[in-house]
Amino acid sequence: MEKIYDVIILGAGAAGLSAGIYTSRGKLDTLILSEGVTGGQMVLTHEIANYPGVEMIKGYELADIMKRQAKSFGCTLRANVKIVDYRLTEKIKEVELEDGRIFRARTVILAPGGKPRSLNIPGEKEFEGRGISYCATCDADFFRDKKLIVVGGGNSALEEAVTLTHFASHVTIVHQFDHFQAFAHAVEEASFNPKISFIMGSELRAYEGNGTLQKVQIEHLKTGERTHLATDGVFVFIGYMPNTAPFKGLVGMNERGEILVDETMKTDLPGVFAAGDCVAKRYRQVTTAVSDGTIAALSAAEYIRTEQR
Amino acid sequence: MKYLRTNIREIETAAELQKIINENENVMVCCGRMGPMCIPVYEIMEELEEEYDNVKFYSMAFDSPESDMIRTAPECRGFMGLPFTMYYKDGKVAKATTSIQTMAQVKENLDQYLS
Repeated sequence: MEKIYDVIILGAGAAGLSAGIYTSRGKLDTLILSEGVTGGQMVLTHEIANYPGVEMIKGYELADIMKRQAKSFGCTLRANVKIVDYRLTEKIKEVELEDGRIFRARTVILAPGGKPRSLNIPGEKEFEGRGISYCATCDADFFRDKKLIVVGGGNSALEEAVTLTHFASHVTIVHQFDHFQAFAHAVEEASFNPKISFIMGSELRAYEGNGTLQKVQIEHLKTGERTHLATDGVFVFIGYMPNTAPFKGLVGMNERGEILVDETMKTDLPGVFAAGDCVAKRYRQVTTAVSDGTIAALSAAEYIRTEQR
Repeated sequence: MKYLRTNIREIETAAELQKIINENENVMVCCGRMGPMCIPVYEIMEELEEEYDNVKFYSMAFDSPESDMIRTAPECRGFMGLPFTMYYKDGKVAKATTSIQTMAQVKENLDQYLS
């Protein structure tokens, strides 16, 4: 007979790993399937200083600890898989991989997290790694004494722009609105930095170059005027979007594609729960993802107990 | 000296790198740091080690002076994103990529260049 897991968790970020720790420690047969890297957004975080009980830790180290914890309790983890189909409406749920393998479970916890938004403009694929970057920590030192553009107006954009001034000769921040969404202290720090200038109310329309990025096309949104700005690199920090496209039409979502859950992390499908950055909520932190994952795991366990009565 | 905390074997010296690519038909080396663009590639390599038993998988620290041969390789000219990932066939560079790669991209390169 085909194996039926108690729980399949889709995603191996903070929410998915936390859920896996709880379900497997609770003796539920648990499989974590992840289309991305184990650790999710945690891996993208250089250092985490506000995780209670841990004074300072690198994101990948915290992810590695969570992964080892989950495995130590018997959780099976498969990362970087390609999932092609989800059948979640029946009592036994099925997840099908690209290689034809089908995994079955009594409950599913959706924890696919989010991914950095890209601008999706001409030249993007051509110049990724050749001038376009999404990680200042990783790539800043390739741009020593060079001119850079940072796209975005949130905390990440402004804070990373300041960091980049330690390497670059000049940083131009391009933002679509005429005001910033970042906290006041971040705006103030960027505003007073002599190496930073601003182009507000504007968006990038194209990346251009020859082998490496050389300039961008910028459109002023009110006038529609398009100009070129020479640059050696562009760092894009325009937020994250939930990885929920595969679940559209399967579970209830809001207009932003975030999954709707109740306080027990239940979706509108029986036996299907959701946790982490994919759900509709105000705050997205490692701690809130851990909380979501814990609640989803306990709710899944309760659902299985109820169904077995 | 080891710099990287991964489950992929880390090459520590330039001499070791040269020996490995001379003595093995197919070699993939991910040259990076413990950063968000590099860790996913190490994890993908770790998962593919069993499937591609004809390929030797290694990591190497980008910041070590010993990795100069990769950093200055002509195939890496214009690269401005970590990691630099090298695919060696019969001692020569068959393909080099910059920045993060997906499982599908890595498999495509392994199939195309190191089959």
